[in-house]
Amino acid sequence: MLLVKLLFRNAFRQRLRSILTIAATTIAILAFGFLRTIVDAWYSGVEASSPKRLVTRNAISLTTPLPISYKDKIKKVRGVSLVSYGNWFGGIYISEKNFIPNFAVEPASYLELYPEYVLSAEEKKAFLQDRKGCIAGRKVAEEFKWRIGDTIVLKGTIFPGEWEFTLRGIYRGLRPTTDETQLFFHFDYLNERLKKIYPQRADHVGFFLIGIDDPRRAAEISLEIDSLFKNSLAETLTETEKAFQLGFVAMTEAILITIKLISYVIIIIILAIVANTMSMNVRERLSEYAVMKTMGFSWPHISVLVFGESLVITTTGAVSGMILTFPAAKIFVDAMGTLLPVFNITEKTLILDFIISIAVGISAGLLPAWKAINVPVQRALTKIG
Amino acid sequence: MNNIVELIEITKSYRRGSEIISVLRDINLSIPQGEFLAIMGPSGSGKSTLLNLIAGIDRPDSGRIIVSGIDITTLSEDELARWRAFHVGFIFQFYNLIPVLTAFENVELPLLLTGLSKGERREHAITALKIVGLEHRLNHYPSQLSGGEQQRVAIARAIVTDPSIIVADEPTGDLDKYSAEQVLDLLAGLNSQFNKTIIMVTHDPRAAAKAKTIRHLDKGILNATRETSF
Repeated sequence: MLLVKLLFRNAFRQRLRSILTIAATTIAILAFGFLRTIVDAWYSGVEASSPKRLVTRNAISLTTPLPISYKDKIKKVRGVSLVSYGNWFGGIYISEKNFIPNFAVEPASYLELYPEYVLSAEEKKAFLQDRKGCIAGRKVAEEFKWRIGDTIVLKGTIFPGEWEFTLRGIYRGLRPTTDETQLFFHFDYLNERLKKIYPQRADHVGFFLIGIDDPRRAAEISLEIDSLFKNSLAETLTETEKAFQLGFVAMTEAILITIKLISYVIIIIILAIVANTMSMNVRERLSEYAVMKTMGFSWPHISVLVFGESLVITTTGAVSGMILTFPAAKIFVDAMGTLLPVFNITEKTLILDFIISIAVGISAGLLPAWKAINVPVQRALTKIG
Repeated sequence: MNNIVELIEITKSYRRGSEIISVLRDINLSIPQGEFLAIMGPSGSGKSTLLNLIAGIDRPDSGRIIVSGIDITTLSEDELARWRAFHVGFIFQFYNLIPVLTAFENVELPLLLTGLSKGERREHAITALKIVGLEHRLNHYPSQLSGGEQQRVAIARAIVTDPSIIVADEPTGDLDKYSAEQVLDLLAGLNSQFNKTIIMVTHDPRAAAKAKTIRHLDKGILNATRETSF
């Protein structure tokens, strides 16, 4: 216990130096955790994807539509339990800065396929019954202060014109990773209007969403679906929902790699700072370690003192950084609005923060500990403490 | 009389660049149990080296050092460290107390290696501090104590494990005359009342006069014994 007391007192002996090092560690862990959360947010779509869902789109590109008639053929494939479909609508709410992902979907099958979008029974019924109805995620409804029954007008970009919807439900995510920033409305509403204004674009969908019974057969079913439309005018590309989402992430991979690199550079910088502090601390106390060695203390005791001191500094900084990540994330989310739909500090990030602080503490203590362990004990008799 | 320390044909040299400097040459020394020995000599005469060898914190080039019947030259570093914990009490010129520990904690520190319970450690540390007359300064940090008091804490730390020998390297070198006198009286008292074997290196003839025996070391050679009137 006395040794533990000693290492804690040693850690704060040079108070200003220790406080500055802890502050640097706090900022580093805050930045690291924050950047990791940004990366996680990028992958939130991937994380939220289900292995029991496939996505079929036009083999040429996502912007090239597929005939809605494919639905019946896909439904007949063995292992397919449910087929839904939809279109990226790309409507703007009031101004372009209000980014809301909005989709025209076949509502009944879509909600069946995505049980993670939780609606009350009344809201679901109201939405399904109203062809002009729409549902929105909790976050987006909160941001724009929408209430059920409100009229929401989206300005079409891909499908020009003003599109008016009645908010029939506000869904909540079943899990923290569920995107609560989207808006869904009836595909039929879009399709019927298209039949009138752009008949050539009607009866076409952007994607099919397919529910399968056995995730182990995903690859096999995907191949079978694509083979159905081989050599047709609109060939398909079917993949798991996860692969589909990863395709989006891959488009911005360079940014992600940069963010990850920066987060690791931060750790290297903090390692250098803590190592420098520890080197100075130990150098100033070499004669004390020598005195302890003359008393009979050997390398395990000296190691406990040096590594313990280093760990006290890094873990104190890490815990402060981890705590501060929460308000920082909230400020960031408030500023970003719905741009990053899922921005949760995960348990994994916090564990990683802590492991890194331990690793930095140990690494920073290595050289000073070696120095302290190997200090000649004769030094104790000759040098002023 | 039983000898607690036996030095047999001890030789020690240091290398400075390409030059080899001989510090101790064929030293033979027997120190009986209960001795208070002062080793005097000019700077560079090898007296601190001799003290380090006896205390097991340095190793000779050749020869044997037997303390309490153990040939410490045959011990490994770890064995030597463990041996020091139980057999040697150190008193340094500059006290070398740990500044962030109180007087009590500084004295308790060597007891961590003894396997005593917390209560026993407390009892031993308080007894040691009582012996040096500092039982009222238990919770004072070194910076709150005078030089003489710090050295008395260092003496308490040296005796708390009840070691076979106490080695003191210029214990009064950093003290004023009054404090030096107090420290020397304390050492003399430990020797006379508790029969502690004390080996002290000093420049100061007044300090040496407190010892029972004085040996002079010059150019690595130990001169004849001279008994004091103490």
